[in-house]
Amino acid sequence: MKLTVNNSIQWFLKANEKMQENKEYLTLLDKKIGDSDHGINMARGFQEVANKLPTQDYASVSDVLKDVAMTLMSKVGGAAGPLYGTIFLKMSTAVKGTDPVDYQTFTNGLEEGLVGVKQRGKADVGEKTLVDVWAPVVDFFKQGVDFQADQLVETAENAMDNTKDIQASKGRAAYFKEKSIGHIDPGSTSSFYIFEALAEVIREGE
Amino acid sequence: MKKIINDPNQVVQDMVAGMVSGFTKTIKQIPETTVIVRTDAPIKRKVGLVSGGGSGHEPAHAGYIGKGMLDAAVVGEVFTSPTPDQILKAIKAVDGGAGVFLVIKNYTGDVLNFEMAAELAEAEGIQVEKVIVNDDVAVEDSSFTTGRRGIAGTVLVHKIAGAMAESGASLAEVKRVAEKTVQNVRSIGMALSPCTLPAAGEPSFELEEREMEIGIGIHGEPGIERKQLVSADDIAVELTNRLLADFDFSGDVAVMINGMGATPEMELYIVNQKVQTILAEKDINVYQTFVGEYMTALEMAGCSVTLLGLDDELKMLLETASDAPAFRV
Repeated sequence: MKLTVNNSIQWFLKANEKMQENKEYLTLLDKKIGDSDHGINMARGFQEVANKLPTQDYASVSDVLKDVAMTLMSKVGGAAGPLYGTIFLKMSTAVKGTDPVDYQTFTNGLEEGLVGVKQRGKADVGEKTLVDVWAPVVDFFKQGVDFQADQLVETAENAMDNTKDIQASKGRAAYFKEKSIGHIDPGSTSSFYIFEALAEVIREGE
Repeated sequence: MKKIINDPNQVVQDMVAGMVSGFTKTIKQIPETTVIVRTDAPIKRKVGLVSGGGSGHEPAHAGYIGKGMLDAAVVGEVFTSPTPDQILKAIKAVDGGAGVFLVIKNYTGDVLNFEMAAELAEAEGIQVEKVIVNDDVAVEDSSFTTGRRGIAGTVLVHKIAGAMAESGASLAEVKRVAEKTVQNVRSIGMALSPCTLPAAGEPSFELEEREMEIGIGIHGEPGIERKQLVSADDIAVELTNRLLADFDFSGDVAVMINGMGATPEMELYIVNQKVQTILAEKDINVYQTFVGEYMTALEMAGCSVTLLGLDDELKMLLETASDAPAFRV
C-alpha cells in the first residue's frame, strides 16, 4: 500500500460522497440516541473538505490530513468536529516526512489518531463511541502486513454493528442509559464510512 | 414542519444578523463569525466573560450580553456546539488584559470545543479560566459518564459571574463565585411536546397526546420517566421535590420558572404559584423569583424549575445592575 497526495484527496472526496448519501440515515441514528444532527453536521463538514481539497496544491499527505483536520474542526461543530479534527491532526503529525505513506507509517498514524481521540473525548473501548470502530481497525492494521481492502471493510462494519449491543457511557447517548442498547452508534457509523471510502480508494489504486 | 424561516441551512446566520441589527449601540457581530460581542469590548482590566453553545436556546446566550453579564456569546449551529476557532475569536475580542472566563454547559461537544479554544488562547498568552455548569438533577451524577447536563441554571451563573467581573474582580474571584453558584444551583425540566430542528424537518422525539416527560434535557434528551400528563400543581410538586431531594436549600433561594419555548407564560405562573407554596411550607425563603423564557429548546412545550441557594454574596451579585436585554436588573 502506498498512500499518495492524490489518494488521500480521493479518500476524503469519497468519504464526503458517503456522508452526503447517508446524511439522513446518520441523523436518524442520532435521533434514536442523540440529538438528531450527526448527519447534518458530518455532511456540512465533509462538504467543506470536498470543496477545499481539489483547489489546493498539497506537498504531502500530511498537509492534506492537516487541512482535513482543521476544516472538520471548524465546520462540523458539536463533539464530532473536535474529535475527528483531533484524529486527523494526530495522523498528520505521525505521517509527516514520508511520501507516499507506506503501510507501517499509515498504521502508526491511525494509532496516533486513536490515542489522540481517546484522550480528547476521555473515552475508551466499550463506551459506544467512535473509539469502538477505530480501536479494532487499528488492531487489524497492526496484525496485517499490507493493505487488505475487503477485510478492512469487514472489520470496520462488524465493529460498527457491535456498538448496537453496548450501553453508552460517553457522549449524548449516555443519557439514554440502558435504552441506548439496541441502537448503532452514529459516530461509529460515520467512522465506518471513512474506512469504507479508504478501502475503495486503495482498491481502485491497485 | 412549519416555521418562519427563509432557508433551513441559514437559520443561524439569519438569526445572528437579526439579533445585531437594531441593537448596534450595544452589540456587534464579529465579521464572518457567529460571535456577538459588546460594542465596548474589550474593557481594560475587566475579566471578559464568554459563553455560548448550540443555538435554539434563545435568549441564551446572546440575550445575556450586556453590562453586568456576558461580554460575548458564541452561537453554534442549532443544538450544536460552536467550533474552537469561533470561540477563540470571542476570547480575543473580550480580553482586556485581566483574563477571560468561560461559562460552559456540560455537554461533550461544548466542553471539547471550549477546552480546545482555551488551549489555543493560552498558547497566545491569554489567561483563561472556566466553569462547567451541570445543574440538571435528571441525570445521574457520575464520574464515569459525561455527568449532569447544564440547563437553565446556567443563566444565573452568567448573572453572578458577570456581576463579579463588572465589579473589577480578578479572574480567580470570578471563578470562585461562578463555582459557588454551580455548587448551589439545581434544575429539572419537563416537556409536553417535542421540537423540530429546522435542518432535520421532523420532531427529534415523540410524545403521545396525553403524555409528558419528566427530566427532559434542552435538546430533547431523555429524562427520568414518561407518564400520563397530570395537573400543573402535581408537576410542580414532582419537579420541586426532586430538586429538594438533591440539595439542602434551607435558607434563602432564588427561583427560576423557565419556559422551554412554546409554553404560555400563563402556565409558567401557574407552576410558579405551586412552587412558591411548597417552598413556603418547607420554610425555604424565596429571595428572588424569575418567571419567563431563559433557556429554551426551540418550540418544545414544557418548563423547568431552578433553585439557587443564596448566601449574602450571591444575593448581592444577583441584584447588581445588568443591562442585558434578556436579564435586565
